[in-house]
Amino acid sequence: MNAFSSLMDGFGTALTPVNLLWAAVGVLLGTAVGVLPGIGPAMAVALLLPVTYGLEPTGAFIMFAGIYYGAMFGGSTTSILLNTPGESAAVVAAIEGNPMAKSGRGAQALAAAAIGHFAGGMIGTVMLVALAPRVADLAVDIGAPDYFALMVLAFIAVTSVLGSSRVRGLASLLIGLTLGLVGLDQMTGQQRLTFGSLQLADGIDVVIVAVGLFAIGEALWVAAHLRRTSGRAVPVGRPWLGRQDVKRTWKSWLRGPLIGFPFGAIPAGGAEIPTFLSYVTEKRLSKHKDEWGKGAIEGVAGPESASSASAAGTLVSMLTLGLPTTAVAAVMLAAFQSYGIQPGPLLFERESELVWGLIASLFVGMVLLLALNLPLAPVWAKLLRIPRPYLYAGILFFAAVGAYAVGGEAIDLVILLIIGLIGFGMRRYGLPVLPAVIGVILGPNAEQQLRRALQISDGSVSGLVDTPFSVTVYAVVALIVLWPLLRKPARGLLNSRRSGTE
Amino acid sequence: MTTTGVPPEREERDERSKDRRAWLREHSELGVCVMLLALGAVVLTDALTMDVEITQRGPVGPKTVPVAVGIGLLLVSVLLAVDVLRGGRGEAEGGEDVDLSEPADWRTVLLLAGVFLATAVLIEPVGFPVAGALLFWGAAYALGSRAVHRDPLIAAGLSLVTYAVFNNLLGVPLPGGPLMGVL
Repeated sequence: MNAFSSLMDGFGTALTPVNLLWAAVGVLLGTAVGVLPGIGPAMAVALLLPVTYGLEPTGAFIMFAGIYYGAMFGGSTTSILLNTPGESAAVVAAIEGNPMAKSGRGAQALAAAAIGHFAGGMIGTVMLVALAPRVADLAVDIGAPDYFALMVLAFIAVTSVLGSSRVRGLASLLIGLTLGLVGLDQMTGQQRLTFGSLQLADGIDVVIVAVGLFAIGEALWVAAHLRRTSGRAVPVGRPWLGRQDVKRTWKSWLRGPLIGFPFGAIPAGGAEIPTFLSYVTEKRLSKHKDEWGKGAIEGVAGPESASSASAAGTLVSMLTLGLPTTAVAAVMLAAFQSYGIQPGPLLFERESELVWGLIASLFVGMVLLLALNLPLAPVWAKLLRIPRPYLYAGILFFAAVGAYAVGGEAIDLVILLIIGLIGFGMRRYGLPVLPAVIGVILGPNAEQQLRRALQISDGSVSGLVDTPFSVTVYAVVALIVLWPLLRKPARGLLNSRRSGTE
Repeated sequence: MTTTGVPPEREERDERSKDRRAWLREHSELGVCVMLLALGAVVLTDALTMDVEITQRGPVGPKTVPVAVGIGLLLVSVLLAVDVLRGGRGEAEGGEDVDLSEPADWRTVLLLAGVFLATAVLIEPVGFPVAGALLFWGAAYALGSRAVHRDPLIAAGLSLVTYAVFNNLLGVPLPGGPLMGVL
């Protein structure tokens, strides 16, 4: 009941005219940037970060939430109409959505996706309200060793679960940790990797790293391989659904969040796995199996709902533990840090107004998005026709605005370009970008927790594993690390048992 | 072989150097290993030459983590080299507008980097509206846009509107430069 009354207070914050305005601006900007091909949600939030610099934290995060959900909404429009998903979470939407659009059912596909996002986001956010305060209560007693264990988990998960190569994930993580070391040591003021430069003594701002890797790196990479003939978007009318379609999809909308939410909350790569699982589930349960691959509407509705719900799940671990499980959450964490706010179990106590205002604004944003997206879809679709030179020139332009706005220093633009070139190289040689960003953001924090924990235990390493919580987390870490070794025997055992019973 | 006048040994040597170049191109990912190795060396040297005085509090000083990261970088660079030599390949990233079937267009990338650097140099003396417009115009040109009249107009419009919105509406200060001083 306590959470409920806090949420009502949150609505009080979110529904003030000013905050409502920020939510609307965020939703509009997010959708527009999300629809633009080549810009995924992570790049969208990184590029739009400077927009919020002049605002006070509550307004800034309300706008941010709008941008996040808006970018996800917009991304599915691109997938369906252009069949070239920019980010992994939207791949599944294209499998059934694009054939639907090509056979003249684009309006229905867009409606199924929009309502799917709405349903998934709503259900996911309700679960967030129910779960987050409880997780925060449980986590409120955890100390330095536990935090350190959690961060080790984040590092290991992000390098091992994502991507195809662990070595390359680890290389990326270490590059991030190195960037995070630059500057004055937080505990002693010792200069590290500054090479005597005053500029570097302040450290490299996380925002510059995120914008450099996500925006500049991506723009340069695309520029090197720009497709000379870009795909044509399928023209589309106003989204709507017939009674027959609603009958087929309502169960998919409700099933999606059950798959999406839990996957969002754990460090398993965000929306990628749950959207795919939802697709497979819907396919198995469908009564219209012959339509799959040619445009089955359930294949759009379920995964889109799962993807929005996983975004809500992501917020649970981000807000209560300070643990980013996706690239977007990592950028949001950076935004929190730039306001001097540390997400974690104490956030719900210390910044109660901010957190509940943010959560309430998620509900408000969902409603705004649905109201905007159904009638405006044809307008958004026009954005797909933007000439590619303008699109990527615009990304570079806004990246420069963002990096300059961080500190008002021209040298930051040079650092941004260097990090962008690193991002370019990483894309060329298949090093995933996310571990580097997580390394920059969590690295300094992890070091502090490690040193604090060892200070308490007077240098004894046993101080890192003296709580049940940290032991549990390390057990999970061990499981992830040893999984490739365990997988074969486990599968062998399963197979032999199966063949034995048959 | 059409080159009849060339002695066979030289032909063989040409062949071998061609082979070697092809091998290097095939294994260009080893360059990443070299970079990681160099980075690791820099991090380790910086950490080990640090003069930690009485500032250290607690058993773990400012050296420990950099040393660990440095060693990690050296290790990963070796592991990656082993992986590459065994035939492992990092997969180049795909995307909406990415066409991997053609070789990389280095000219565009260098032009864009140059334009971006020029912006960094110009932003303080000439102000954001001018530097930003040049950035957009230059980048669009580098990316292949050849609308002679439309490009500069769009660049100027975008830059001015962005300046006004950020500087005046959102409260994010950007340098106006001499142009804004006149207006």
